[in-house]
Amino acid sequence: MNKSKQQGMSIIVQTVARWTKGYIFLFGVYLTFYGHLTPGGGFSGGVVIAVTFVLLTLAFGKERALSKLGKVLASVLDCSGALLFLLIAALGILFGGAFFANFIEKRFPSANFRLFSAGNLPLCNISIAIKVGASLFMIFIILAVRRVVEINGKRKLISTEFFETPEKGKSR
Amino acid sequence: MTNLSLFILIPLAAAFLIPVVSRKLKWFPDVCGIFTTLLLLLLSLQTMNQETVYAMGNWPAPYGIVFVLDGFSCLLLIIINLVGFVSTLFSFEYIEYFYTSKLRYYSLFLLMLAGMNGVVLTGDLFNLFVFLEIASIASYALVGFGCQSRELEASFKYLVMSTVASSFILLAIALVYGRFGSLNIAHIALLIKQHGMNDTIIFSFVLLLVGFGVKSAIVPFHAWLPDAHPSAPAPISAMLSGVVIKALGVYAIVRLVYNLFGMTALISNLLIYSGIISMIIGVLLALGQWDFKRLLAYHSISQMGYIFLGFGLGTPLGILGGAFHLFNHSLFKSLLFLNSGSVEYETGTRNLEKLGDLVQKMPVTAFSSLIASLSISGIPPFNGFWSKLIIIIAAVQAGKPVVALWAVIGSILTLASFSKIQRYVFFGHGKNFDQNSFKAINEVPLLMKMSMIILAILCTFTGLLMINGVNGIFGPVVNVLDAGPHTYIEKILKSNFFIPGN
Repeated sequence: MNKSKQQGMSIIVQTVARWTKGYIFLFGVYLTFYGHLTPGGGFSGGVVIAVTFVLLTLAFGKERALSKLGKVLASVLDCSGALLFLLIAALGILFGGAFFANFIEKRFPSANFRLFSAGNLPLCNISIAIKVGASLFMIFIILAVRRVVEINGKRKLISTEFFETPEKGKSR
Repeated sequence: MTNLSLFILIPLAAAFLIPVVSRKLKWFPDVCGIFTTLLLLLLSLQTMNQETVYAMGNWPAPYGIVFVLDGFSCLLLIIINLVGFVSTLFSFEYIEYFYTSKLRYYSLFLLMLAGMNGVVLTGDLFNLFVFLEIASIASYALVGFGCQSRELEASFKYLVMSTVASSFILLAIALVYGRFGSLNIAHIALLIKQHGMNDTIIFSFVLLLVGFGVKSAIVPFHAWLPDAHPSAPAPISAMLSGVVIKALGVYAIVRLVYNLFGMTALISNLLIYSGIISMIIGVLLALGQWDFKRLLAYHSISQMGYIFLGFGLGTPLGILGGAFHLFNHSLFKSLLFLNSGSVEYETGTRNLEKLGDLVQKMPVTAFSSLIASLSISGIPPFNGFWSKLIIIIAAVQAGKPVVALWAVIGSILTLASFSKIQRYVFFGHGKNFDQNSFKAINEVPLLMKMSMIILAILCTFTGLLMINGVNGIFGPVVNVLDAGPHTYIEKILKSNFFIPGN
């Protein structure tokens, strides 16, 4: 088979990826939401969520993954995750009297070991998961789309998003 | 009473807000950057003469993370946010001219600021490491911001050496935690007092000294600095040389030596001799340079030597001299880097041989750089003279006249190499000088001029702090450091724990 025309990997990989991607994503969400109760949390959940998109990139090519989660959207999600985390921390000053104070737990004390417990820890976990998922995917995409290409005898680092293959890049 | 978490909250929020908002609003990064740093500067000026302990999330000292504000943190906060504000003023036109992506620049800049504010405020050893990494990683990206091969190489070199240093620091923190089970600096100091030093603690102290020594670029560990500082954009060079090596390096070493491990004769000698070596070697290496910014970068190593010498003497007068020189060096070195930036902005070169006769064309740059050069070489009445004088008097009083002699020799060599800059750039010209290519040169735009004028005025008049301001700003620094670990523990842990006597 001509490799340059093929998008992504073989049909076996693509089929398995199609079946598993939803479950992997769901597992990431599970790790995030139960982070305050079981092993896991925002960071590991975010990594698993990012892995879903990495799997899409490897199996189907970067266009498929970028159509699900574009670079601009990923960047915005990255920043808004961090902003959400800071907002939760800052609300602690307003309602709890100190930076990062657990003000929800103070106001609405909950039964321990339920899903809705631990005050604002689950919210922190969710914002970290958004941040980590989006930024790890960004790192992967940046590493995936950059190529060193020889243009007019000079080696240059270009983004293959704009140039489909190195040959096209040469012609411009 | 200032809420200490604002020093972290404001720059971080601005750093993450800029990439989201500026996709639509092109003017947002500049305005947000300048206003954020101005706000931080005002907040930091408000913290003067305050002493507070701020418990994050209402968790008290040995269990949770605390932010500690005392004289020394306050001095560093003012320096960081002052130089940060002046550098953003300078960045407004400079970055537009040389570089492309303003939003990434301001975002990284504010991240670096947040990291440094955190380092100087935190009272927790691991939290110090986290903030150190935030500031360092932002600075790696900023050093390689131009993406030319030389800049990337410098950035990579800086990254490798600095990461090795960071892993030393992390290993030391792990060893301390393994020994005592606590990360709070005051609590560790208390436990060291109770249980005494042992080999683990001494080993981790050496690791910390090496790690922070690389961050502050004293001589055996200085190799990254002469590449990294000239490669960065000029406002970032001003931040790196003026603030970053002090906040991440000197501040941490001094804080740990004085408030955690306690000053001993051995550590004192170690700091003094490493200070002298960097003082002399830095200035000797600087004398032969022909690149404007590289010459300044070598002088940072040399001036760090003075600061180490001052703090290493361990006497109250020595600490005063070290702290005053730290303050002064951040002013005149950032001013000199901004001068080099505006010379590059107008002429497009940093090579001293090609420059010349800029005093008529760029009077503001020329005279502000003259003031900075006189300050750094220790000519009265500028601020550098007073701080060097205090350090030399302190060395003589401590019974080390030879050390004082080396400090004088270093100062004379500094004067020599800054005469070279003045001679080749502003008041004369080099042998490859081509008059025709410099016909169309004007003075730099208004905001760049303003930032240089602010620093020049400060350089001229902070010498007057000697008269009575010295006790207002630098007195608390001396009190905090000279009192040793005991007072620091008392302040943070209150009366919850039994503290063995002095």
